[in-house]
Amino acid sequence: MASYSTNEFKGGLKVMLDGDPCSIVENEFVKPGKGQAFNRVKLRNLKTGRVWERTFRSGESLESADVMDRDMEYLYNDGEFYHFMEPETFEQHQASAEAVGDAAKWLKEQDTCTVTLYNGAPLAVTPPNHVILEITDTDPGLRGDTAQGGTKPATLSTGAVVKVPLFLEIGETVKVDTRNGEYLGRAKDE
Amino acid sequence: MTSVISPWQPSASIRALHQRAALLAQIRRFFAERNVLEAEVPTLSRRATSDPHIDSITALCTGEPAYLATSPEFGLKRLLAAGFGDCYYLGKAFREGEAGGRHNPEFTMLEWYRVGWDDHRLMSEVGELLSLVLGIADIQLLSYRELFLQHLQLDPHTASDEALGDCTRQEVELSFAPASRDECLDLLMSHRLEPAMGPGITLLYDFPASQAALARVTEDASGTPVARRFEAYVAGLELANGYWELTDAEEQRRRFEADHRYRAAHKLHVYPFEERLVAALEAGLPECAGVAMGVDRLLMLAGGYRRIEEVIAFPIERA
Repeated sequence: MASYSTNEFKGGLKVMLDGDPCSIVENEFVKPGKGQAFNRVKLRNLKTGRVWERTFRSGESLESADVMDRDMEYLYNDGEFYHFMEPETFEQHQASAEAVGDAAKWLKEQDTCTVTLYNGAPLAVTPPNHVILEITDTDPGLRGDTAQGGTKPATLSTGAVVKVPLFLEIGETVKVDTRNGEYLGRAKDE
Repeated sequence: MTSVISPWQPSASIRALHQRAALLAQIRRFFAERNVLEAEVPTLSRRATSDPHIDSITALCTGEPAYLATSPEFGLKRLLAAGFGDCYYLGKAFREGEAGGRHNPEFTMLEWYRVGWDDHRLMSEVGELLSLVLGIADIQLLSYRELFLQHLQLDPHTASDEALGDCTRQEVELSFAPASRDECLDLLMSHRLEPAMGPGITLLYDFPASQAALARVTEDASGTPVARRFEAYVAGLELANGYWELTDAEEQRRRFEADHRYRAAHKLHVYPFEERLVAALEAGLPECAGVAMGVDRLLMLAGGYRRIEEVIAFPIERA
């Protein structure tokens, strides 16, 4: 297995730390003029998403992590696993609810997601930045009440709840930014 | 490694290079007014530093190894022994493997010596130069012990190995077990204490005797042996390191040999040490104090730059 020395650490490099795959966020070289050299490193644990800070002696090395990002089409959820397919090879992968995490509430069949594979198995799923989903539940719109410019919660077909303008109704489709859950606009019929 | 060629353009702005030129002129004026002689000494030498934590860059000259100077110290001290009096060097120094937001392997160093002075007198001159360049009047004088007591309630000279190790592991997330007291102290200094320093000028003195390098060791008021070494920081950025210089040739040779043993034991390259410095000390080095200052970092502070590549036209990635 390849390994990387502290002077090769840079943002995005995937390495193993304490048995977990991590992505390097930041690497700062620290050296008192007359003292020893260290590297102060921030790493994101790809399993938990948490950011770790760790100091290494300069010249120490870490094993590389067999981690890669792939674009895949979301197929369906069988009640336990989420199924994805690589568009070119039609190879299918099943991801656990733990790996899918918060992305679950944005997953619509046939949308293209980024699936992070670790040793060939899904480790994390990132939904597309923008998704178009149907409103399945919301309070009835109040016509003529647009002057106040208020919002109301709406439940979407995937289970996500977002704030939408008062005039929207059940059955309409909306465009949402999955990174912050913000309503972007009413989707045009396609 | 990638074979992508980095951009041809400089990484520093025109403004930064004008500030650099003005700073170099200001430094030269400062020393001209004080009758300190500017001296050039070799940046390419057959001998190298023995410092346990500094590596030299090796070149070939007439087919034989030669080393890029990590500081002008040995050359300037030979001038002092030859009776040249107060002198300074303003030019390039080189250190292998030091690259990052605050380091470039090739950098600009200012180093000066004052005959008949001790560390405290030189510290006040360092404070004067920094105040002048940075326009900062706030200067704090602090011993190494006081800094540790203030922030960690730990005496760096007398704490037990266990207490020091526990404190280090508690304050810093480590991937390794610290191997020595000095390693613990370096970790606490760089991770915990430097960031805690105020925005003004901090002059830190009386370092642990184990970190004396080429400074003499004396007892402080409490009877603890301390290195007569000091460092200057501004806003937690290390700017300068100075000594009340060792003038004892025998002690100098012992320290070179101890450094060599350390480097050999840690499987580090052992460079040929500068016998001529020992010979100069044997002939007689006047009582003096000396200090080295990182000019690129000084420029970062003077111009409000965050990273060293903003003040160097072509840092190593583009050189």
